[in-house]
Amino acid sequence: MKFGVVVFPGSNCDHDAYHVISKHVGQPVDFIWHQETELAGFDAVLIPGGFSYGDYLRAGALARFSPVMRSVREFAAAGKFVFGICNGFQILCEAGLLPGVLMRNRGLHFICKHVDLRVENSNTPFTNLVDSDRVLSIPVAHAEGNYTCDDATFNELEENGQIVFRYCTPDGEVTDGANPNGARSNIAGICNRERNVLGMMPHPERACEELLGSNDGRDIFRSLANTIGKMSI
Amino acid sequence: MKALVFVTLKSGVLDPQGKAIHHSAESLGFAGINDIRQGKYFEIFLDPSLDEAAAFAEATRLASEILANPVIEDYRVEIVK
Repeated sequence: MKFGVVVFPGSNCDHDAYHVISKHVGQPVDFIWHQETELAGFDAVLIPGGFSYGDYLRAGALARFSPVMRSVREFAAAGKFVFGICNGFQILCEAGLLPGVLMRNRGLHFICKHVDLRVENSNTPFTNLVDSDRVLSIPVAHAEGNYTCDDATFNELEENGQIVFRYCTPDGEVTDGANPNGARSNIAGICNRERNVLGMMPHPERACEELLGSNDGRDIFRSLANTIGKMSI
Repeated sequence: MKALVFVTLKSGVLDPQGKAIHHSAESLGFAGINDIRQGKYFEIFLDPSLDEAAAFAEATRLASEILANPVIEDYRVEIVK
């Protein structure tokens, strides 16, 4: 199996993602420059965090026009796995691969801290090694993480089990006090209806080593590798 | 020829930046301001060979495909000669 990490001008979590895949998942991984269009040979593509195109216009709005994104769209349509983290989540929303949009945090501040996430659906390719309702400690670092969508979209997300992570208290309670950015219904991460595209605001790649305060993020990447491994048998 | 594009948040969409400006205005003593909503303004310089209808169509396409996110924003296009 092979992972790819897309690199836009302004990506800054690309090396972290690469490190986690190679060291903690133990799988081959390559960088994919945003001008490239060939994704043959990859099983999963990670869209990393950062400030692609300086967040000009809207976060993620300009990255969606990069040549690689056309290929990512086809890649996702073919059922391959796409995983957007933070700015990557914003890009996937702008590109229409995930519904809704990430708006400015309700408190206006850039928030950088560890938060608790409740796993709402462990029956996805990205969470199959994580128990449902388990609370993960994973850092956020964003100014635009306030997930917003209309009522029809929200109902669809709920009904189809597309809400994968919610901000919660350390005990796993979903409360407004545990919501760092004002996201609708404490949504921290969602997948598409087909379950092969995931976007999340928190940074699991920054929570893969005990030394960094938490290794809860590893299970997300390992779930994905587990899924791909089972498919190729 | 120039197109002016105004991008504004849809009504009902929370605008924390507008709220912060409103609070500042109030604390500076500005009176009678009920609300402030922040938006974006673009000047698009178009080729003079385009007629007004074509210029409007092109600027509108630009606004809908790039400048505004239809999930949360509305846009308005004006052509200035």
